[in-house]
Formats: sequence, C-alpha cells, structure tokens
Amino acid sequence: MSGLATPRVRIPRTVRAGEAFEVRTLMEHPMETGLRQDGGRTVARNMLARLAITVEGKPVFEAAFRNGTAANPFHVVHLRLSRTADLVFTWTDEAGRTASTTHRVTVT
Amino acid sequence: MITRRTLGLGAAALIAAPAISRAQAPLRLLVIGGGFGGASAARFARDSYPDVQVTLIEPRTRFVTCPYGNLVLAGTKQLDAITFGYDAVRARGVTVIHDLASGIDPVAKSVRLAGGQALGYDRLILSPGIALRWGAIEGYDEAAAGLLPHAWVPGDGGQTALLRRQLEAMEDGGVVGIAIPPNPFRCPPGPYERISMIASYLKKAKPRSKILALDAKEAFSKQGLFQDAWNALYPGMIEWVPGNRDGKIVKVDARERVLETEFGEKHRVAVANVIPPQSAARIAIDAGLANASGWVEVDPVTFEAKAAPGIHVIGDANTAPPMPKSGFIANSTSRQAVASAIALARGAAPPADASYFNTCYSHVGDEYGISVVGIFRPGPAGFVETPNSGGVSPRGNLPDQRRLEAIYADAWYKSITDYMFGA
Repeated sequence: MSGLATPRVRIPRTVRAGEAFEVRTLMEHPMETGLRQDGGRTVARNMLARLAITVEGKPVFEAAFRNGTAANPFHVVHLRLSRTADLVFTWTDEAGRTASTTHRVTVT
Repeated sequence: MITRRTLGLGAAALIAAPAISRAQAPLRLLVIGGGFGGASAARFARDSYPDVQVTLIEPRTRFVTCPYGNLVLAGTKQLDAITFGYDAVRARGVTVIHDLASGIDPVAKSVRLAGGQALGYDRLILSPGIALRWGAIEGYDEAAAGLLPHAWVPGDGGQTALLRRQLEAMEDGGVVGIAIPPNPFRCPPGPYERISMIASYLKKAKPRSKILALDAKEAFSKQGLFQDAWNALYPGMIEWVPGNRDGKIVKVDARERVLETEFGEKHRVAVANVIPPQSAARIAIDAGLANASGWVEVDPVTFEAKAAPGIHVIGDANTAPPMPKSGFIANSTSRQAVASAIALARGAAPPADASYFNTCYSHVGDEYGISVVGIFRPGPAGFVETPNSGGVSPRGNLPDQRRLEAIYADAWYKSITDYMFGA
C-alpha cells in the first residue's frame, strides 16, 4: 500500500496576537466508504479517520471523519495564536498511516 | 378615405394632447442588448405583435457570437463566419440604436443612453449579458486580459483573435493553461468544448503540446462524454485538475504567464486563457436588480425582475437554475418574456403553460459532437426541469451518432443566428 498524499495548507505567515485567522487545508484521498460498487465488485473501504492541528504538542483543532466526508477533504478553520508557533497538521487514516506538514506562523 | 397623409396630420395633432395620445399610441417595447436574448426578443415581438413599436439598444454594430468561438480557436472557422450585423433586424421594422444603455429609471419608465438621449418605454426587456468580475482573481484585470485572454465576452472578436494568435505563435511542446471559474457562469460546457477544440488544433499543428485545465469545480457539464472523447481523440494531451485537487486559480502574474492556485502552486504556461468569475452586466447591477451574488432573480413565468416588476430580464444576466446560461435558453425564454410583457401592458394575464427548451451542443473533434437537452417549466419556486424531457448523448463508441450531432450542431447554429440576424 502506498502512503498518503502530500497535504496542502494555506495559512498566513504572519498574524496579529489574539486575532482570528483563516487556515485552508486540502488532502487528496479517495475516501472510499466500502459501500461503493464498481463493475459488480465492492471497492474496499479506505478512509481518512481524522485531522489534528497541534501547537507545541497541544491540540488546537481536531476533526473525525465519517462516511459522509467527500473525497479530497477540504477544510477551512479559524485559529488564534498569542505567540509565534509551529502548527503541525496531521491526517491519519483508518489503517493508522499518517501525513504531516508543519507551518510556522509569526505573531506580530 | 383616410390616407397616410391625413393620418400623419392626426398624429401631429395628438402630440399636442399627450393625455389622449397615450391611449392611441402604439405600445413601446424597449429591448436592451442585441445578443441571443435581445435580438430574439425583437424578432419575436415584430413577428407576433406588428402593432407594437420595438426599439433595440445595442452599442455594437457587429455582433460576434459566443457559440462557435471555440471553432475559431480550433482554426476551423473564421471570425467573419460568427459575426453578424443588424441590417435585417432594421429591415424587419425594429428601431436599432447603437448606443450604450447607461441607466434605467423604473419609476419614470425611462432608459438613459450614454449618448445623452433618454428613451421612454411601456415595457422593458433587459438582456444585457454578463460582466467579468475583474479582480476576483488577483491580478486579473482588463490590462491582464490583453496578455492572458479570457475570450469569454467576444466584444468585437478581439479576445478570440488574440487567443488564436497566441496558440498559433506557441512552440510545439508548450503548455496551454485554462483557468475555469466556479458555477454559475456563461455556457456551462463552453470551457470543455474549448479544451477539446484547442486540443484538436494542437494535435494537428503542435502534437507535443499539452493543455492544463485548472478548474474551480469538481464536476462539469457532459463530463463523462468529454472525458471519453479526450481519452479517445487526444490521449495524454489534456490534464484536468478539479477544485478538490487544487485546481482553483486565485491569482495570476500576467507578464510571467503564471497561474497560481488556492494552495499556492504556481503553474507557468506558454499560453494562458483565464475565464474569470462573472456576474450580470453592469446596467443590471447599477439598476439594483441583482442579488448579492450578482445575478438577477426573475419570475419564472414573466421573467420580471423580482426587484423591479415591469423589467423583464432574460439571457445570461438572470439566475434561473436548473436552466443553463446558454444562448438557446436566452432565445427560448425571450418569447415568453415578450408575450408576458405585452399581455401585462395591456392588462391581460401572461401566457399560461410556458415551457423553455434548451440544447447545448459541443464540438469535441472533427465530425464529433455531443449534446445535453432539457425542457423546463415554471414551478412554485423557480424553474423545474421536466422529468425525462432530455438528457445527454449516450456514451460509448458511437461514431455515427457523434458525426450526426456535429451536423445537428451546425444546423442549430445556422437556424438560431438566421432567426436573430437573418432576412
């Protein structure tokens, strides 16, 4: 089995302390529910389980995905920071494989 | 005996007594926009209501159609073949004024022209088309369109000609980038016909070249049929990137020909065709007819703008899902709009049991056409597609069907442009 795709994140490089900013994420993934039929055969389940965003190891955002999450999940979240930090975005699939990306946001 | 001469005297006498003259004077139907909606409305009004005075306002003396513009890009049609004048419209008895309608006063029932004139009307048919939303893609303004053509509002044909020249000048092996907007926009299958027609040219003239189609959407009109055709006719030449794989273009660098996606990927291409997000044309927005998303909501029976009864808005400027923004819908709905306008002006009810017909043909290769057909009717809250009234061409290896549909497409184009601009 191949690994997960490379995540995409759009995030400002600098923000103001305590001010909400927008983060967009896009993770290419088929999100097969295990229910879809293709030419008489059932396509095996293959789903992302969750997305977690952490700052200094502490979760600031978590999402659990279910059957209703579309292929290539796209999420927009709003966060606030009080000081400059590295944000770690981690997607985990139901088989436990992960894909991560880290983005530094400078607080001015 | 009443002669033309004595009638003329009578008319002159009535001008001195306007209160009486309104009862006798012909109904004044004013049509703004000389495209698929407006020219069709003018024709229908003249054919069906010879006693109504029809005036058409259109700034251009020559109309270049959007349909078949993609065949100009393919090099199989010339601009002349898709350009029409208004002589036959005049000959039919329509007063054609080549000026820009710059404002509407719905209370005084008057339209102001850029040339300074003001025209009164009893009923107004507004078919102004679309505006491109300059700046909706960062860096894409009118100046940028001189480098990265949109070729989506033909104007005098200059944009289409520019894109064609750029394709001709491109070296074999170049990448043609096409940025495609989110819904709704003019001509839903248009970008994909364009991809196909550019590919047909490249396959013949520059076979090592590629097309990179960067789409804000995840799905499109006639998708299965288009993608089947791309695989069959242009294998390996077309890459279509949907919005959920970072296909949405949010920024351009016109000088460097760079298309930048939502997540910051920069695609540098040899030729870029940027089809930006759109709205109703400016006059509709200035007159306060458009909703927050920039389109005019209309009554599904009369096409009167919800924001201004008495102004009937047809063509791409209105929002009428599930009907597409197509030339055929503009043409088809123009009849009901005109008939409603005249009935209402005379205190009668608009025609009942309206139906609106659409076929969108697309050329995807030489002698290879596909189509989507639908019939629509007014519903309790908007427009409703009549169940099982249409559908898309069948999939599969059907060369005879594809060849016939290409011929049907040509016949459709001839017939609709004859209706609007023919003698």
